[in-house]
Amino acid sequence: MGKTKKMSLAKKQNLTGWGFLTPAALLIAAMSFYPMIQAFILSFQSGKGNALKFAGLYNYQRMLKDTVFMQSVKNCFFYLIIQVPIMLVLALMFASLLNNKDLRFKGFFRTAIFLPCATSLVSYATIFRALFAKDGLVNSILINLGILNVGYDFLTHPMSARIIIIIALVWRWTGYNMVFYLSGLQNIEYSVYEAAKIDGASPWQSFWRITVPLLKPTILLTAIMSTNGTLQLFDESVNLTGGGPANATITMSHYIYNMTFKYVPSFGYAAAMSYLILILVAILAFIQMKVGDSRD
Amino acid sequence: MTKGKKILAYGVLIIASFISIFPLYWMVCAATNTSLDVTRGRIIPGTHLIENFKNLVSQYNVAGAMWNSFRYAIVLTIISMFICSLAGYGFEIYHDKGKDLVMSIILLAMMVPFAATLIPLYRLFSKVGLLNSAIGFILPTISTPFLIMMFRQSARSFPHDIIEAARMDGLGEFQIFIRMFIPTMRSTYAAALTITFMNAWNNYLWPKVIMTDKNSITMPMLVANLKEGYVTDYGMLMLAVFLCTIPTAIIFFFLQKNFAEGITGAVK
Repeated sequence: MGKTKKMSLAKKQNLTGWGFLTPAALLIAAMSFYPMIQAFILSFQSGKGNALKFAGLYNYQRMLKDTVFMQSVKNCFFYLIIQVPIMLVLALMFASLLNNKDLRFKGFFRTAIFLPCATSLVSYATIFRALFAKDGLVNSILINLGILNVGYDFLTHPMSARIIIIIALVWRWTGYNMVFYLSGLQNIEYSVYEAAKIDGASPWQSFWRITVPLLKPTILLTAIMSTNGTLQLFDESVNLTGGGPANATITMSHYIYNMTFKYVPSFGYAAAMSYLILILVAILAFIQMKVGDSRD
Repeated sequence: MTKGKKILAYGVLIIASFISIFPLYWMVCAATNTSLDVTRGRIIPGTHLIENFKNLVSQYNVAGAMWNSFRYAIVLTIISMFICSLAGYGFEIYHDKGKDLVMSIILLAMMVPFAATLIPLYRLFSKVGLLNSAIGFILPTISTPFLIMMFRQSARSFPHDIIEAARMDGLGEFQIFIRMFIPTMRSTYAAALTITFMNAWNNYLWPKVIMTDKNSITMPMLVANLKEGYVTDYGMLMLAVFLCTIPTAIIFFFLQKNFAEGITGAVK
């Protein structure tokens, strides 16, 4: 008798658990997975506005011939390959400096480096756009120092515009990643470093032999998050450079937005392009997890 | 640490801090100067703040955009924290094979880029009349895998003895969550609040898509519209940027420690 009552209690608790997680799970199903399937179906349809009909692989073929889209893919990979490593190395460097017990004013340095995270993406993009404008502060400094005679229009030259986007991204996100590393470092006992020091290890050696291996899960997490974020860049492309000059800095999400909402909507084509981002994110996350697993 | 190395470390940190702070300092200065002074490279605070403010509010509905941003962000933050923490608690405290499987499926949603769901969501929301509404703004981001995961991790450290004792006292399962779990997990909630409010406030792509009416726009949208004119009034522009930054900056200053603690919980 007592046993059956306990069984039913366990069952009741099990059901309570399902009840607790159902709202969240249903929302994710409705707001992530359902639209994902919808987008997949859409990607095989073509037409303007809501007049859509089945078109097979047409959208995917069109994508490969679309020079602007290909440029946007190249741009995203350019940002990814240059910006993410620089940012993660800097974040790791600042975190290990701030993890040192002998340094003072650590709280100040941590807050200062983390501070850019408090600005909204549109805000910092606007600030950097103004700083690097032809009549902006950076140009006035360069002119006053005698390096330039007239202002250089950073944002209308393809390569300098891309570099400005990278500088802005590094500025905004280094502190964010640093906080992840600082948290990870707190899980490493400081005495491990002291023991290594007694054994004659240089700081450089203990960084590579202790910090990096023990932080590997955190490094993997930040690498995946940054890759994911870079492939989805939107705000910076829209507000810092407007995608220009001549689409030299446009990102995939920005182009998808233009295709959907700026011109006559091509929902099917835009959905096909968005699927490419999904596939790229999945492939890169898979590669990073494999690399993270094997490098022991 | 030798003296030379220490100086090097301080040098690196001072330069990094300076670079981090300077653009924000410049923003504040520009907001208080005339546009002409800004383009002349003036980098000390000026006296033009009130004029910039008058110009800004006479040309743009700043109060409306601020109110919208606050409304959307606060409602989203409260609902999102409640639903995600309830789910995280449910996943951990009552975990079994079935629930663990659902959790791993939910984690897969982290990989789904927003661009891939944007178009079907927009079509759906315009069909059911959710454009220009607060519900339309919040619905896609109420339930996020990241928050659920964070609360699930923190529920792991919640002592089962407390739950058992509360059950003995006759508290229901939901009451235990409300009266025992929420007050104990204050720092996780603070971290969740920081992350959710900042993401909601900063969100730009989604409101840009669904807020088609100019009375529904958010602060970041207002800032973005402001720079699209032919002649840029830098003083006015930077004042708008400054106003857009204040709320997140305040949250950041009060809760940055909790944010770091919450992250620690999620990383472990």
